[in-house]
Amino acid sequence: MSLDLLFQYLVAGITYGTIYAIVAIGFNIIYNTTGIINFAQGEFVMLGGMLGVTLHALLPMPLAIAGAVIATMLVGALIEMLFIRWLRRPSVLRLIIITIGLSIAIRELALLLWGEGVRALPYFTGTAVSSLSIGDVHISPQVLWVLGLSAVMVAALNFIFARTLLGRQMRACACNREAAQLCGISAKNMVTLSFVLSAGIGALAGCAISPITYVQYDSGTSLAIKGFTVAILGGLGNSMAAIAAGLLLGILESFSIWVMPAAYKDVIAISILLLILFVRPSGLFGNAEAARLKDY
Amino acid sequence: MASRRNLPIVAMALVVIAVHLLAAAAGKPQYLTQLTMAGYYSLVIVGLTLLMGYTGQISMGHAGFFAIGGYTSGLLTTYNLYSQNGEMPVSMLRSTGLLVAGKDLYGADLLVVRPWAACVVALLVTLGIAYLVGKPVLKLRGHYLAMATLGFGTIVYKVVLGSSVLGAADGISDIPAFPLFAGLAVSGKSVLRTQNYYLAWALVLVAMLLLTNLIHSRVGRALRAIHGAEDAADAMGVDTSRYKLNMFVLSAVLAALGGVFLTHYNGGIGPSEASIMKSVRYVAIVAVGGMANLWGALIMGVLLNFLSLRGSFGSYDDAVFGLILLAIMLFAPDGLLRAELVRRLPGLRRGFGQKGAP
Amino acid sequence: MKTLGITVAFVFTTVLGAGALQAKTPTVKIGAIFSKTGPAANLGGPEARTLEMVVEEVNKKGGMGGSQIELVLKDSGSSPEKAISFAKQLIEEDKVFAIIGPSTSGETLKIRAIAEEGKTILLSCAAAEAIVNPVASYVFKVAPSDSHAARRIFEQMKKMGIAKIGLLSSNTGFGKAGKEQVEKLAPSFSIQIVANEVYEKEATDLTALVTKLKAAKVQAFINWSIEPAQAIVIKNARQVGLSVPIFQSHGFGNIQYAKAAGPAAEGVIFPASRLLVADSLPADDKQKPVLLKYRQSYEARYKEDASTFGGHAHDALLLLGKAVEKAGTLDKEKVRAALENLQGVVGTAGVFNFSARDHGGLGMDAFEMQTVKNGKFVVLGDTAGKK
Repeated sequence: MSLDLLFQYLVAGITYGTIYAIVAIGFNIIYNTTGIINFAQGEFVMLGGMLGVTLHALLPMPLAIAGAVIATMLVGALIEMLFIRWLRRPSVLRLIIITIGLSIAIRELALLLWGEGVRALPYFTGTAVSSLSIGDVHISPQVLWVLGLSAVMVAALNFIFARTLLGRQMRACACNREAAQLCGISAKNMVTLSFVLSAGIGALAGCAISPITYVQYDSGTSLAIKGFTVAILGGLGNSMAAIAAGLLLGILESFSIWVMPAAYKDVIAISILLLILFVRPSGLFGNAEAARLKDY
Repeated sequence: MASRRNLPIVAMALVVIAVHLLAAAAGKPQYLTQLTMAGYYSLVIVGLTLLMGYTGQISMGHAGFFAIGGYTSGLLTTYNLYSQNGEMPVSMLRSTGLLVAGKDLYGADLLVVRPWAACVVALLVTLGIAYLVGKPVLKLRGHYLAMATLGFGTIVYKVVLGSSVLGAADGISDIPAFPLFAGLAVSGKSVLRTQNYYLAWALVLVAMLLLTNLIHSRVGRALRAIHGAEDAADAMGVDTSRYKLNMFVLSAVLAALGGVFLTHYNGGIGPSEASIMKSVRYVAIVAVGGMANLWGALIMGVLLNFLSLRGSFGSYDDAVFGLILLAIMLFAPDGLLRAELVRRLPGLRRGFGQKGAP
Repeated sequence: MKTLGITVAFVFTTVLGAGALQAKTPTVKIGAIFSKTGPAANLGGPEARTLEMVVEEVNKKGGMGGSQIELVLKDSGSSPEKAISFAKQLIEEDKVFAIIGPSTSGETLKIRAIAEEGKTILLSCAAAEAIVNPVASYVFKVAPSDSHAARRIFEQMKKMGIAKIGLLSSNTGFGKAGKEQVEKLAPSFSIQIVANEVYEKEATDLTALVTKLKAAKVQAFINWSIEPAQAIVIKNARQVGLSVPIFQSHGFGNIQYAKAAGPAAEGVIFPASRLLVADSLPADDKQKPVLLKYRQSYEARYKEDASTFGGHAHDALLLLGKAVEKAGTLDKEKVRAALENLQGVVGTAGVFNFSARDHGGLGMDAFEMQTVKNGKFVVLGDTAGKK
């Protein structure tokens, strides 16, 4: 394999990987604050993309994207308040099934509202064929947008969690819910906030990737599985690790096409998931102790 | 004691007969078709109830076992070995009577495995896979167990969808009928509708007999202990991992049995039988029936599958099951038809230290 | 839901009318099984909408064989088990006169035997050869065969002097069928497939695959799928600098994909029904009036671009109607015989000529080689296709 070809595969892998990483970060935010794995995370990405396209018919692009993100955040808050907030000490099984049910409900609602067709925002800069070339390696400018926006989101999240009051409150909740409540932090509100944040970053990612990948009412499902794989791979709750894990998975998948039929690409991701679960559930970068202590 | 326990089984047999007579009297004998199909799906559902409700292990990929059973049997009974007739493994198999010759749709010669042999192979294959997968998977708990089983189900789906020998997206068609004893055969032909209805429900009856006896036995008590407090049960000397694995395998084999029979009844199978949505449906039905309630799951399963197969939910089939799942988990996590039957069973309240406790 | 409402209204009226022994309009029930949702939704959705539309039109003009059509439409979601259950329901309970659909070959193959046993005409909107080969007396198909499409592509390639190609297909029934035909026919055109990949239906980025094609130094490649992936793959190809001619299957026959791919779609060559280029056909073209009428009614009613797949449902009802006309009766066996002998029926997919040995009715000329120019579908200039 020539060096150029190697880089081309690498770039393709980084493209896939960034998308998975964003979904994984969304999982982690909610997981950290609540211990819940939100199976509807993929649907937030789908909603962002769909709403963005719908709003773009009425508003200029930046406003349409902002609108889509805010609308999806509201959906996230609504979901939390209507379906999760008032549950008394729900078991893990119950929560898993509730979020699965939610994911199906949102998907069918999207089918009802938007039909089965595909939609996409126009490329943020350039067109479908423009590409930046370094030697014989070609990258679409949209990929750079995805990478850039993801980096901005991660930086913003780090800032929120480290420096702002709300962020510290959320971290307190994640560490020890009762102690946080004793300190006067409203755990219930922190949970809602975590849903809002997750929905927001999912939606922005959805808008950014829709020119490349298109969105359809059922785009969310496969994203959720990949996202979860990445989250576990990096260690549940560890968002920086999720980024590394996402890139790793993306690159592995990309190079796998060289040696096996592309139809089995998804099987790679799932096999990795199963392997990690069997061998090292705390993930590549996770702490085995912490993983076992994580309350069920 | 034995007769009291088996009363529901007798009642069920009477209901099965009554439904047939009612349908015939109302001029709708065709309902039996969907009832037969729902019956085979019930095998998956009651097995899953044993696993989820009694053993407390969630499985989000059970449709995978149904598919493994159906596809294995389908493949073996349609894969033409005629071209290798003279060669070693085939000629040996032929001499043992495991193969059957015939003609295919085009009039060419066909040599395939006999349906009952294919059935046995399918069940053994499922047994093997269930053991292999179950051993590592059942060590996990909570979210991790759910995702691992989801992953298993997805792999089965992708494999049947991607393999051309399994028909890829088109699945396997023209699967022959499954002749049983005394002239009975598992077949979709309309003249055989009534006998197939009774065949399917006889199978479900036997499964219910087996499961209810299992639950009332020592094994059942061990399972309830595991479900209630796994670590405590472990401390009391219950071999939790062995029980969990055995129940997992039993439920897998039941699912595969349903898969084999339904595949021959339908005459074909497609990747849709292995999809994650199918697995989610089975979980939804078990939840609605009242997690640890075999009869509840059976009744709800028949009702929901019957309606779904008749198209009563229109294009919103998936939405219906998703909403049912949501509604039940939010408002009645112990299921709709719970309480009464569960309370009547000798249960956790009596605890350990009783006669017959492990 | 509207169909359900109409059906309920009909049944209600019929029951009342029968009770009062009043004269009522006779109805003929026609069943339809489509994948309105699920993996083949972009086939079944337009097909279902088209059928509802043309049934209404036919009913307004007096119905079929003097009877109003009552449409019983079922959504199988591409599940063979549902298709089987619905087929049995339609035939045994609703006692339909004929069944139109299903949308996919996989489902059709599963209900072939049921339609044959139930002596009910089945007009499938799927394309697999196996549906009508071997011929089952009651089973017909109205979609053109993939082998014809593949042949047209290869003919064009020979004209362009192409000998080494790549093949990409999706893991759906449509993709698999096309892949088989391309692989089977390539040798007879002396064309070598040097790179052959199947991708997932949900694939959102195919850069790695087109990079592999580029490394194999293909002179052109064929993509055979009906998903958004067919727009994605051409974008990815142009982005990595793979500038060879790109061929698509007739699955590309929906302008939304050309629009979605933007400038990447320019110059893509594909065989498809003349529906897409109806405006630019010569005035004396036999199909032109049929195509224009269908397209205008569909777009006016559903506010979306007409696709060639919706056209299959239109053709199915048209053929059924003509057969009934020819037989002069609603007797199933007589209509079947009439259908089997229909010649020269102009539909959206082409001109149908059935016979006892050919229940597919369409030939290679059903396709017109087309390309994309300035974001629109146009006839490929140097094609030698018969009209």
